[in-house]
Amino acid sequence: MKLVSQRIALGLVLILAISVLIFAGTEILPGDVAQSILGQSATPEALANLREELGLNEPALSRYLDWLFSALQGDLGTALTNGKDIASSIAGRLGNTLFLAFWAAIIAVPLALTLGLVAARYAGRWPDKLISGVTLATISLPEFVVGYIVMYILAVNYRLFPSTSVIYDSMSLWEKLNAIALPVIVLVLVVLAHMMRMTRAAILNVMQSPYIETAELKGLKPAAIIARHAFPNAVAPVVNVVMLNLAYLVVGVVVVEVVFVYPGIGQYLVDHVSKRDVPVVQACGLIFAAVYISLNILADVVSILTNPRLRHPK
Amino acid sequence: MNDEIKYLAGRAAQGRVSRRAFMGRAAALGISAGMAGNMLASAVSAQGAVKGGTLRIGSVGGESTNSLDPALAASQVPYHNLNQFGETLVEVKADGSIGHRLAESVESTPDAKTWMFKMRSGVEFHNGKTVTAEDAMRTMERHSNDDAQSGALGIMRGIESMKVDGDVFSVTLSTPNADLPYLLADYHLQIQPDGGFDDPAAGIGAGAYMLEANEPGARHLWKKNPNYWDDSRGHVDEVEILVINDATARMAALQSGQVHIVNRVDPKVAQLLGRSPGVQVVNVGGPGHYVFIMHCDTEPFANNDLRMALKLAINRQEMVDKILNGYGTVGNDFPINAAYPLFDDSIPQREYDPAAAAEYYKKSGHDGSPIVLRVADGAFPGAVEAAQLYQQSAAAAGIPLEIKREPNDGYWSDVWNVQPFCASYWGGRPVQDQMYSTAYLSTADWNDTRFKNPQFDELLLSARAELDLGKRKGIYSEMAHIMRDEGGLICPMFNDYVDGLSDKVQGWEKDGTGELMGGRASQVVWLA
Repeated sequence: MKLVSQRIALGLVLILAISVLIFAGTEILPGDVAQSILGQSATPEALANLREELGLNEPALSRYLDWLFSALQGDLGTALTNGKDIASSIAGRLGNTLFLAFWAAIIAVPLALTLGLVAARYAGRWPDKLISGVTLATISLPEFVVGYIVMYILAVNYRLFPSTSVIYDSMSLWEKLNAIALPVIVLVLVVLAHMMRMTRAAILNVMQSPYIETAELKGLKPAAIIARHAFPNAVAPVVNVVMLNLAYLVVGVVVVEVVFVYPGIGQYLVDHVSKRDVPVVQACGLIFAAVYISLNILADVVSILTNPRLRHPK
Repeated sequence: MNDEIKYLAGRAAQGRVSRRAFMGRAAALGISAGMAGNMLASAVSAQGAVKGGTLRIGSVGGESTNSLDPALAASQVPYHNLNQFGETLVEVKADGSIGHRLAESVESTPDAKTWMFKMRSGVEFHNGKTVTAEDAMRTMERHSNDDAQSGALGIMRGIESMKVDGDVFSVTLSTPNADLPYLLADYHLQIQPDGGFDDPAAGIGAGAYMLEANEPGARHLWKKNPNYWDDSRGHVDEVEILVINDATARMAALQSGQVHIVNRVDPKVAQLLGRSPGVQVVNVGGPGHYVFIMHCDTEPFANNDLRMALKLAINRQEMVDKILNGYGTVGNDFPINAAYPLFDDSIPQREYDPAAAAEYYKKSGHDGSPIVLRVADGAFPGAVEAAQLYQQSAAAAGIPLEIKREPNDGYWSDVWNVQPFCASYWGGRPVQDQMYSTAYLSTADWNDTRFKNPQFDELLLSARAELDLGKRKGIYSEMAHIMRDEGGLICPMFNDYVDGLSDKVQGWEKDGTGELMGGRASQVVWLA
């Protein structure tokens, strides 16, 4: 328990450190928020007025603390470009991203683990080679190529699913699932190989251990050995890879969002970066960091809990 | 047989089968020419617009930072959104004449200094408020205001005063301008209640469709305005604009039947797309042009013989064929083409002539050092390839060009309008006066060829005040000749607007005032 709480505390410290980095990074950028808002029409008086109004004349430390505390209370400020409240804009976009990530993960994680187990069971034989070959092929292609291929086959040729995945609140769950079918397929293909290879490798590693030999000698079937002895001991590395891929599904899918016109947070961030909308970029940076760190903490905690030596330290 | 001929007549009436093909098929089916002609005529009149349905448009150029404020519109999706909910005082019609929208008539004093717009009565905004001359004036006031950051600010600068007299909104200009109605047809100038001072981004106007859902960067849904004043427009129940920035995804959406209309079809794939079932590609000449520009006041380009040599050394037809894949027309070294009203089509076309180019090059006395042409991919689609074609055609005339590739980032701030010879792009303007005033008047901010010709300036100002169309056309023709023979503009090609349509879309008309029929597609077409 002590280890677990240490990990969580460490994660919180990390998030805090990253918030400092994000804030400092945007501070270092040439120009300040007032200049970004006024753009070319900036006159010295207008700049001075706006800086006063936005409190930009305060020292950096107090502005940082202000920003941090309002962010903790859910107030991320307003976007410079269209004056909308950032928190509510992000909430919708983040919700969409999580929706897509959730359905991709629901399919990809069990599928990857199963395929990994099958590949390990038949290591070096044709099922292993087939699974490894196909998954490595799909991870090697860039996402947009996979996207175009499934779009061409499933949307244009067979018209099974829509080629654009715009979803909105008034759609039923079934309509939403139909709309996101293609991006889910692409994301599954993209993340499958990583998790599947790790599962296979971790299990094969454990299979070298003396206790697996004992299990074999006492007459257990290979499938039972993997399920009861090998897999529980291979969980830690697998969980780490799974969490990395989950984090990727949340923060790294902007290309898929563009190809399928999915209103997720990646596209939202890119649009605002190109307009130098600093408050939005800061907010998205903070959220992405939080997602990444919390998923990694979760991975650590699961590894600790599944490892008896760590669970009961001497 | 009867069904087949009826079907064919319907197709012919929609213009999807040519009249000649229809008559031929009718003859093959044993129907006399006279009878077939009658059938065609009745099919045309029966083929009125069908009401209802949801028209879906896939458009490039939308971001999650977009606003519905008409002043801020700068890319394609905001442009199309404005055309759903907004209505302007007047519009530029496909034939280049002025159409009356919220202003039911337009008059000017004989000196073209004061213009009177009489407002149409009984028109309502989406919020139920009646559209008045006061609203029109307030709208113009907001766009004149620096704070609004309006894209139409440049247009408003020439206005000296505005006033409202009953249902007449009048504008007095500081200098006469016979083109004022064309300027006020600008798409930013959608009339809003109280000029949009209260809530500019509310999406409330007097247009055919009302805001239903606004998700910038993803989709915009508009539903039919039941109180719309013009029965001849707005046939569908709903218009959905989907933001599809990725070109391949946009074409796939059209092919898979997800959307009915897409804009910006890449000329490279246009023919392939047109061959897929249920889809057609429509193109129409517009005022946009791809150019190479020389600074007339910088050596070696200050020498008109060298400028002429460079103009003669470019193969315009090759550029249209290879860069635009045929979706465009050749330019003639002045920025005007048939898309503009008062265009003089009798001006001789300049051809590629390596021998004459070599002669001018010799005459210019240039020392033979390579002439540096700066170019970036972002200057216009295919700019680098176009520069390479230019380099080869110039080499055939013995003129050495050196292509210097510049990064896209910063091209418009560090290269264009700064370096003496580079590639560039102009989207064009609705009228000649505005195009010339923007970029070729000696004092223009964007005089990117540093063309300073007092005679040209004088002609431009005299044309502006000239209400006699015949005389104006003559003046514009004279200006075109000066520009073509002395200017710093090498204009190899005008690019077409290329849109893609599903065969469910009916009533499409050729309209070169902008992409998607000058933004009017959703009001004019209907769904079969």
